[in-house]
Amino acid sequence: MTDAGPALLEVNNLTTHFHTPRGPLRAVDGVSFSLRRGQTLGIVGESGSGKSALARTIIGILSKRRTTTTGRIAFEGRDLLTLSEPDMRDIRGRDIAMVFQDPTSSLNPVKRIGVQITEVLARHLGLRGCAARSRATELLTSVGLSLPEERLHQYPHQLSGGMRQRVAIAIALACDPKLLIADEPTTSLDVTIQAQILDLLHRRQKAHDMAMILISHDLGVVAGYTDAVAVMYAGQVVEQASTRSLFRNCRMPYTAALMRSAPNLSDPPHTRLRAIAGRPPDMVLPPPGCRFGPRCDHATDICRNERPTLSASDAVGAHLYACWHPVASPGASA
Amino acid sequence: MMSYFLRKLLRLGVVLLVVAAASFLLMTLLPGDVALALLGNDATPEAVAQVRAELGLDQPLLLRYLHWLGGFLRGDLGRSYITQVPVMESILDRLPVTIELMLLSQGLALLIAVPAGVLCAYKAGSRIDQFANAVALLLLAAPVFILAILLMFLFALKLRWLPSTGYVPFMTDPVRNLAHLALPALAIALAEWPSLFAVLRADMIRTLQQDYIALAKAKGLGPAFILFRHALRPSSFTLVTISGLQIAATIAGALVVETIFGLPGIGRMLTGAVYNRDMMLVQGCVAVISVGYVLINFGVDLIYALLDPRVRQ
Repeated sequence: MTDAGPALLEVNNLTTHFHTPRGPLRAVDGVSFSLRRGQTLGIVGESGSGKSALARTIIGILSKRRTTTTGRIAFEGRDLLTLSEPDMRDIRGRDIAMVFQDPTSSLNPVKRIGVQITEVLARHLGLRGCAARSRATELLTSVGLSLPEERLHQYPHQLSGGMRQRVAIAIALACDPKLLIADEPTTSLDVTIQAQILDLLHRRQKAHDMAMILISHDLGVVAGYTDAVAVMYAGQVVEQASTRSLFRNCRMPYTAALMRSAPNLSDPPHTRLRAIAGRPPDMVLPPPGCRFGPRCDHATDICRNERPTLSASDAVGAHLYACWHPVASPGASA
Repeated sequence: MMSYFLRKLLRLGVVLLVVAAASFLLMTLLPGDVALALLGNDATPEAVAQVRAELGLDQPLLLRYLHWLGGFLRGDLGRSYITQVPVMESILDRLPVTIELMLLSQGLALLIAVPAGVLCAYKAGSRIDQFANAVALLLLAAPVFILAILLMFLFALKLRWLPSTGYVPFMTDPVRNLAHLALPALAIALAEWPSLFAVLRADMIRTLQQDYIALAKAKGLGPAFILFRHALRPSSFTLVTISGLQIAATIAGALVVETIFGLPGIGRMLTGAVYNRDMMLVQGCVAVISVGYVLINFGVDLIYALLDPRVRQ
């Protein structure tokens, strides 16, 4: 992420706390990254690592009464956190759009597909009536749905999961957003459909020079479709690098463990999956030191007592990790 | 949609037949002899037998049922043994009052409950939500006759804005008709909106946590649009069910309110008929009220289908 060009999105020390009866839950804790037009940032991590909370914080759809957000989210130079709610509403759906994990729950079950697409066209582009319908038909065609005009009159339950996700993507792309946040867009779909959906996103991204944040727990998905990757653990980014660098020589033991835990085709049959032992920490009372410390094979006293900061491993400063005892990789510059 | 409608219609027919049979049996199974009740205990056996023959009570049960059912289907519910007035005529006389009271009270209740429920779900846990919940709980605990008497005291006796008792048919004078029905309808509405409010608020809070609401927000839609255009419909199922039950209950259950405000509704007529042992009238009222219940439930089923396309399959 060192290439030239102004950043479209610059997230700085972003923190999101959910208010719970036990105290603030640090869902996102000091996350920073930047993203240029046309670029894709992958965000990986286990369930509950704060990936979705981060996505929802950036697009600003978390309840203001139940969460507190601090830090800075600069989008085209404007800090989204200081914008008024009406200004933010103008950005949502037009400049920043989102695709959710499960299209079965993210499409309104009682509204026709057509209405769900045209309402966003009406909201941001002022398109109504025939103009809106013909634009909606175009959108459905562009995401690869057959019989688009019939689809407009159908309800979500009349479509298959893959078709529903295509509709959700059509909704997200309706106003040609500059940034698309895709939160596990293929997790609920069949494996055969997954690649189609990811290819579709990739093609549309290239065609519109759109930036994308691709959230996934699947390293394979991230490896194939991103330029850079941020690994999240317990609300923090623990390693961040270009996709190539991360997969060549990851430094953080958590990233290494994630990679090991993915099934490998070259393993003999019935090889046990190497799951990461233990559970993520309590996010209301996280451990004082490294949050992965309690589950880490390399942990020592310093890991338990002092929190490692995200810092560069090389002179270029492109590969960041937060670890006291990084794993040595063959390709790493010593 | 059409097959759903036909299926429901077929079921409606079956239920109506069962209801008719039950209404008929209700009277037959009651202890006591109608002829004896009419003539008094001193009547001679000959006189009793004659009255029984006149009323057709000496015929077998099945025959009497078929005879009654034939009448029921033609809208003929027989004549009152006491006043000799056709039962259908008495009912048609009173039914408009009850139906108007039913529609007005439920309309008012929904008019209070829907905006309050939507707002409180949106602002769940806030001061305004706590306040509305407290008011709803208070009204839920207050019996309807207390509300009726308080309203009458305040608006009719103290402020003198509205008449306290009596009734004017809508066709005679619509304004005075509404003035007479305002307080009774408000009393019932105040007693009924809390349950509507509570179920809508709870369902709405659940709906607002759905992903499609998050997506609606991510589209840049405003809160009012999201609440009323995206969240209200999928949150209305329990509301419609309870509303249907409440409307049905008003047909016979508005008795107390009808009595307090002197409204000539079905509830009061039925009570009077029970006291006078006017069995034909009781039977007719029960049949009409039951049909009302069944029709309202049929309406609720149709509304489900309008609310959710998945039901129509």
